[in-house]
Order: sequence, then C-alpha cells, then structure tokens
Amino acid sequence: MALEETHVRRAAHLARLAVSDDQAKGFVDDLSQILEMVDQLQRVDTQGVTPLAHPLDATQRLRADEVTETDQRDHFQRCAPAVENGLYLVPRVVE
Amino acid sequence: MHDKTLTQVAAALASGEVSSRELTAHYLKRIEQTNRQLNSFISVTSEQALQQADQADQARASGDAGLLTGVPLALKDIFCTQGVKTSCGSRMLDNFIAPYDAHVVEKLKAAGCVSLGKTNMDEFAMGSSNENSYYGAVKNPWDVTAVPGGSSGGSAAAVAAGITPAALGTDTGGSIRQPAAFCGITGLKPTYGRVSRYGMIAYASSLDQAGPMARSAEDCAHLLNVMAGQDLRDSTSVARGVPDYTETLNAPLSGLKIGLPKEYFGDGLDPGVEKAVREAVKIYEALGATVKEVSLPHTHFAIPAYYVIAPAEASSNLSRFDGVRFGHRCDDPQDLVDLYKRSRAEGFGDEVKRRILIGTHTLSEGFFDAYYTKAQQVRRLIRQDFLDAFEDVDVLMGPASPTPAFDIGAKKDPVSMYLQDIYTIAVNLAGIPGISVPAGRVGHRPVGLQILGTHFAEAQLLNVAHQFQKATDWHQQRPSFAEEKA
Amino acid sequence: MEWETVIGLEVHVQLATKSKIFSGASTAFGAEPNSQACAVDLGLPGILPVVNEQAVAMAVQFGLAVHADIPEVSVFDRKNYFYPDLPKGYQTSQMYHPIVGPGSIDVTLEDHSTRKIRIHHAHLEEDAGKSLHEDIHGMTGIDLNRAGTPLLEIVSEPDMRSAKEAAAYLKAIHSIVTYLGISDGNMAEGSMRCDVNVSVRPKGQESFGTRAEVKNVNSFRFVERAIAFEVDRQIELIEDGGKVVQETRLYDPERDETRSMRTKEEANDYRYFPCPDLLPVVLDQAYVDHLREQLPELPADKRERFQNGLGLSAYDAHVLSASRAVADYFEEVMDVCGDAKQAANWVQGELSGALNRENLNIEQSPVNARQLGELVVRVIDGTINGKAAKQVFQALWNNQGASADEVIDAKGLKQVTDSGAIEAMIDQVIADSPAQVAQYCDAEPDKRGKMIGYFVGQVMKASRGTANPQQVNTLLKEKLDAKL
Repeated sequence: MALEETHVRRAAHLARLAVSDDQAKGFVDDLSQILEMVDQLQRVDTQGVTPLAHPLDATQRLRADEVTETDQRDHFQRCAPAVENGLYLVPRVVE
Repeated sequence: MHDKTLTQVAAALASGEVSSRELTAHYLKRIEQTNRQLNSFISVTSEQALQQADQADQARASGDAGLLTGVPLALKDIFCTQGVKTSCGSRMLDNFIAPYDAHVVEKLKAAGCVSLGKTNMDEFAMGSSNENSYYGAVKNPWDVTAVPGGSSGGSAAAVAAGITPAALGTDTGGSIRQPAAFCGITGLKPTYGRVSRYGMIAYASSLDQAGPMARSAEDCAHLLNVMAGQDLRDSTSVARGVPDYTETLNAPLSGLKIGLPKEYFGDGLDPGVEKAVREAVKIYEALGATVKEVSLPHTHFAIPAYYVIAPAEASSNLSRFDGVRFGHRCDDPQDLVDLYKRSRAEGFGDEVKRRILIGTHTLSEGFFDAYYTKAQQVRRLIRQDFLDAFEDVDVLMGPASPTPAFDIGAKKDPVSMYLQDIYTIAVNLAGIPGISVPAGRVGHRPVGLQILGTHFAEAQLLNVAHQFQKATDWHQQRPSFAEEKA
Repeated sequence: MEWETVIGLEVHVQLATKSKIFSGASTAFGAEPNSQACAVDLGLPGILPVVNEQAVAMAVQFGLAVHADIPEVSVFDRKNYFYPDLPKGYQTSQMYHPIVGPGSIDVTLEDHSTRKIRIHHAHLEEDAGKSLHEDIHGMTGIDLNRAGTPLLEIVSEPDMRSAKEAAAYLKAIHSIVTYLGISDGNMAEGSMRCDVNVSVRPKGQESFGTRAEVKNVNSFRFVERAIAFEVDRQIELIEDGGKVVQETRLYDPERDETRSMRTKEEANDYRYFPCPDLLPVVLDQAYVDHLREQLPELPADKRERFQNGLGLSAYDAHVLSASRAVADYFEEVMDVCGDAKQAANWVQGELSGALNRENLNIEQSPVNARQLGELVVRVIDGTINGKAAKQVFQALWNNQGASADEVIDAKGLKQVTDSGAIEAMIDQVIADSPAQVAQYCDAEPDKRGKMIGYFVGQVMKASRGTANPQQVNTLLKEKLDAKL
C-alpha cells in the first residue's frame, strides 16, 4: 500500500506532531520503506487465525473495590509545567 | 575489584573484604573517569548511592544483610526512580523527576542494592544502536568506534567496561540481548509477565520486559531472584511462584536437546558470528547435549509483524506526553493544538516520531485490518512456531545478532537498522525468555550466543548458560578499555 | 407528508463504586481539584491499570436485569484522541467485545401501555476529567478527579419513535440502575448523561434517515425538548429541500435548541485497538449465576406485584415502583399499616404533595416510612379521623413529635366516638344558632342536606376536629329533623 504525503500529514495531525514540509518529505521516504518491509505480511496465509494480542493466554485479575490512594496532588504536581490552585493549565479551550 | 562479577562482589562484601561504601566510591570514580568517553550514564546519583551504601554497611554490621545488600548496580533510565531524573533518553523527559519508584527498583532497594545511576539508552527504547539518545551515542568499550547495541546500550557498555557490576535493561525486540552480545556480557530477557512493568516507561506494552545484564549467568540468576514475581499493580504480571534461579545452575546438561533453527543461520549472517556460534554448540555437545536442526518457518515475518505491533502500541503509549502534566512543554503555546504539536515535536527525536507516525497510520481507519489485525495473526503463527519447536527440543540456540557491533553512524536508513533484530524480535512476539552469552569475537568485537526456552524456562536458560560459562572464559574477558581506565 | 421519528439513546451511567475503574483513587464527588487523581488517573509514565471487580459486577448485574447476553470474554480497547481532560491521550473503553451483549427492557408509556426497547450492548469505560473554563490568566484549568470513574455506556437500538418514548426509556434505565444500586442516578451531578441519536423518515419508509447525534442531554425533560427541537429542525430542513447531515450537535438547555458542534476534527479517527496493559476479562458461569441470585426485585416485577398482587391501580403501581426509594418507602408504610391501598393513598397523596411543595425527594422526607405507617394505623383503627390525620402528618413533617401517637396525645386529637359527648356538643351548637336552625327548618327539604354542613362544621370546631364526622352527621340530622 503506497504511502502518500497526505497520509503522513494526517497521521502527524492525529498524533499531534508538528511536522515541517521538509520533515514531511523525509518521513514519507522513511515510512514508505518501513511499510514496504511490513507489506511482506500480506504473503502469509492467515485465514482462520485468531489475532494474538498478548503472548500469554492469561486473563485479567480483578481488584477489590477499595480506596487505596491518598491525596498526593502536591507531590505529583511538582513535575507539572503549569499549575494553579491545584489545576493543570492549558491554553484556553473553546467549546 | 571491578573485574569481579556481581557474585564475587557479593562474596567480598559478605566476607568483610570490602565495604559497600568503598565499593560504591570505587565504581563512582570509574564512572567519572569513563563517562566522558563512553557516555554510558545519563545521571550519576553519587550522593544517594553513598547513602544507600552506608545504610547497607550498617545493615550488614547489625547482621541484617541479604545476599545483594550493598551491591552497586545501574538502572536503565527507563525505570522510574523517585526523586531522580528519569529521562527515557528523551528531551521530552529531560525535566522529569519521577515521583515514585518502579516495582523492580523497589525490589532492588528492599534487597539492599545500591543504585549508581541511570544508564543511557535509545530514546523510549526505540533503537538497536543507542544512537537515538537525546544524550548522545554510547561507545562500545571493546571498540569505541562501534555502537554498544541498543536500546539498553548504556547498561551493556557500563557492565562491559567494569564501571558497574551489573545493570538492569529492558527488552522489547532484543534490547537486552543484542547490546549484551555487542558488549560481551550476559543479558537475560525473561518471559513476558515474569517481571512487573510497573514504573517502567512503556514502549510497547505487550512486548516490554525488564531483565538483568551482568558478567555471568550466575549474576543474572541472583538478580532475577530479586526482580521476578507478581506485582498486583501490573495486570500482565503473572501469578506464579519464583524458583531460586541459582539452585539449578549446576544441573548437568547430559541429554539436553538443542535445536538450531535453520532460519537463524541463513543469508545475512556474518561468517565470523556463525563460526563462533557453531563452536559454542560444539562445546554443548561435549557437555552431553544433542543437537538437531529445527525450523521456525515464520521467522522472516517477525520484523514486519513487530513493526506494526510495537509502533501501534507506542503511538498510543506515548500520547500521554502532551506537555500538560509532566515533561517538556513548548514556550508560549498559541492554542491547545499548538501546545500539543510543538511540545511533542520538540520533545521527541526522529526515530520516536517515525514510530509514532507508523503506528498512527497503521491503526487508522482503512488500514487497521490490513496491518494491525494481520500482524496479530502472524504473531500467533510465530508463537506457534516456537511452541512446536519446544515439543521437540529443550532449548533453541543461534546468534543473538547477525553481525558483531557495527560502526557508529553505519546504519543510515531505519529499515537496515531494524533488520539487526532479526533473531531477537520474534522472541518478544512469542513472549518466551532468551539469554545472550558471550561466545567469541570477530576481531575486537564480541559475539553473543542466544539461547531460547519456552515460557517460564528462565531457570533452564540460566543453567544452560552457566554450564557454558564454566566450560569457557569468554565472559571473563575484558575489553582493554577497562584496563586502561582502571 | 407524515413523518416518523427514529430515536436511539446512548446513556452513560456512573457506577457507584468506591474506587475508580482502574485505580484505587476515590470516586467521591466534590473533592478539591486533582486531590483524587492518583498516578494511574494522571497517566504518569510507567503507571498501569488494574480492573475494579465491583465495576465488572455492576455491569453484569445491569446486563442480567435487561435480560442481556453476558459474553464469557470481554476486552478493553483504547480509543485514541487528544484532549486535556483525557490524560493518557486515550480512553480505555470496550469497542469490539463489550461486557454486556444484546438485551431489552419494557418501557411503560403514559397510557400505561408497554413497549419493548432493545439494547444493542453496554460497555465499561473510564470517565474523563473536567475542563474548567473560568479564566485563569486566559488559560483553562484541568481537574482530573473524575478521570477514571467507571461508566457503563448503555447503547439502545433505534427503537424509539417519539420524544415521550425516549424519556420513558431513560426513566426506565434510571429506575433499573437505582434499583440495582449500581448508580445514584443523579443527573444533576452528572451520574447519568445521555446522547440522543435522532432521525426522521417519511412514515412507511423502511430505511432510516440521516441521523444527528445530540450531546449533553442531561435531564428527562431535556431529552424530550431536545428531541422535539431536533425533529422540527430536521423536518423543516427536508421540507425546504435541504438535507440532514450526519453530525454531532449540542443541546443548549438555556436557549432550548441544538446546534452543530462544527465537526471539531475532520471526522474523528479513534484508532481503537485492544489495550495491551489489560487482559481479557473472563467471567465464568458460576460468577454470573452468583450475581444473578443477588439481583433485587426489579421495577417491572414490582409493578406487576403491586398491581396484581396488592390490587393497586395501574397508575399507582407504576408510580410507586418507578424508583426504588419510593417503592421501598411505600412497602415499609404498607408493612407497618397492613393496608396496601391506604399506604398507596398516603404516599401518593399527602406525602408526595408535601415533597413536591418543598421540592424534596423521598430520601429527604422529614416523615419516615415507619412514622407514616403508624399514622395510617391510627386512621384505620379509628383512633383519629381523616382531618386529624392531616394535622398529625403536618406535625410530624414539622418535627413536632416523634410518632403519630405522641402527636395525637399531645394535641388531643383522639377521635370522640362517645355519642353522649357528641350529643352534648350538638345540643350546644343548636342552642347557639337559633337563626340557622330557623333557616334550616324553612328550607325546601332537598336543600337541607347542604345546610347541615354549617352545623357539622360548628360541632367539629367545638370538638377541635376530634369528633367522628359520620356520627356527628347522623346525630345532627336526627336532632334537626326533630325540630321541623
């Protein structure tokens, strides 16, 4: 499946990565190569094969419904770039 | 002192031959002497290390010491360490002081280990050469013009250079085993789920696994004893008893059935590497093992499958790095999208961006089934190849990497770099354990023998590796670099 | 042209767990910003989720209550998008293998008829945080306390044909989740939120029209109004030769209109894939059976029992079973007084009137079910008459006594049934009202019935309401007629 620059731009937007025009061209080349390599998968007959999401056939362990966490806001916000009154700040969101 | 294995260091501490403070100071000095050249550490935590060493010495004095009490080691900078910068090799986390310890860090602390610092790595563990670090490339102590491998390159180089007795690494597609091979040390990737991933910054969650990197299989056994076990905070960590991995190290190998996957000895394999591996296999035959050729028919689809699955998971795992709650934030964001886009563009390096873009693209509408679903189907076939092989043989052996360490700057395009992981990557897709042990050299550059076992066969792998190390001295050989700087 | 409306609802129900769906942080409402956002909820690096058993159990109980299939395996997926209230850059949800499969509920409409509404599926997911848009130096503040609160998203089939049906469906869901105790159902605090899919088609046409998804419809009333607005908008649009576009619209309760959210992103692409940090949830039959055994009596069963077992009217049975709190209250009153119809009358009449006047819900009632039950006992056994009973109720409501008997004693409201005492009072009243007696005697016989009211009033007044009114009536008539 050939990769177009629009694909790269769309992926970059979905992934929220600023990409300059020059970079976009570089990524088209790199990603095309990678996808060409990946396309070898199409040669494998996988009819009837169940996809494998986890290497072990394990199942989810469930946690008891208990409050185990205490307020660590100040501790966690020490590594935050912008906070005020306990709130994380972002540029104004217009709904 | 720095030629000692972790096991020997522990013995020296136990006998009182040396204190943890002396040892720690010694290694800290060696880091200081070598780091400018090797660049194997991102952060050196001298103060905390000496504090921990003093505590360890006190514990020992009051008769409260365990086997690893006071033993210094280094942590790949992917493990969160409370109060210490945890960068993951990225500008994105250059300012991130982790507010908690990773599960394995807690366990090592509880065992009394001393942390010397945080080792260099490919950014977010994405790479096979350690050239993708925001903090610069790491040099291979056997030949400073060569890469140490990646992504746990700093850990491997530091152990090889004798500036730490052991280090922790992580392995998503070969990131413990390949640098262990390139640097002539022993590195174990345990079964997926054997070691908790809690507090280990995720690259590809269904593939990531932490493991020990040290001088010998015996050292790795001691470390795995501490690291392994269920952690209720990691849903994928397995509820399964942890054996004492040192207990079975000396089990005899007579009757051991070794399989050599024919796909691991094909085109692209360096003749020097092949020779070393085949000679190692001969030693096993001499130790009583039988050898047969086996086939892992989907081997060549492992890299394509991996480069769908790992980037897909990574693209999602790395979305949390958005400049809001932690990590790099761009200056003067104009609006929300600008905040996201510039913070992430400035914070991530090119390889990380490539993988985020690939993952985003392959998961997106219209491509998901052709890529992601297909890759997961192939993943099952790859796992089945291994399970079938282990019906027939006990362990598989082959090279850890098709070539010895390559020159820094040699691999210009991403795909040729990816192909380096041809022998290691399928193991992560299948979730089985694998170990790389030093088994020769091509010129100055070491060769790693990779030994694979079925799920939870760590004890067997360590036994098989240890017996080889009793019969050979490859693991005891040191790069001249280590001598010069002593 | 005659149009038909087609409606489907997506209802998000906050599950009443103590801790979050993937972390041990508290879900309590109203805490200081970010004080209940732990490392998991903040999406800090390296931190991993573990599923809350109670959230799973609650989802399964809902499934059982709507007669749904409970698949053995369900899987959590990631829904990827960037938004500041979504700390990890993805919402953990269930796209491909939800925990609750197809089911249905019977919805009671205003004319007491019922309609079966099919449920497509229900899935577990985590709630997002909140963006606070009050200006903080031109910035928006993010509070992640709510992030990770367990939600059950209940997705209906497009089976509803009117705004009334949609509101009735929403009420039925509310009733089921509160009966099960899996949610407080508090719509004002956002414990239940609703998105509505609306389309119109010419009556008789089989294929569906293009639908609009209306978000933020967060009360029963708004559901009706938002749908009404949207239906009018769509019909007008089509009749004017336009076309409905598939889009997301926001309901604005203040202006009572829906408006386009201007496709924020050129068609979202959420890139769902199975969450690699979580494993498949596998429910064995024994676990599901255990949950089934613990199910309480559900609204439909209760309504049926109230109507056919207790002999209540269809209306009373419906109203008294609609909420678990009301049903529990009614049943306690009934248990105490032993008379279903009297209990129903009091709960529906005096109590519900008083609650409405003061805008209280039944859990906030100053008169508890035991008190009301004891009051009804005194009405039934004739200790007090109806009028006094209302006084007693008012006194209990105003906290002027702990029990009906206490109020009756304190206020001397015990009904007087001693004919001697009543006759004495009647004689006095007749003696004091010569003019009225004369009027009575002069009146046409068919008018006298009405005129007797005056004398009854006077006697009741003299007895401070305690005289038995039937006795008063009979005796008065006898005595007055004797004067003719």
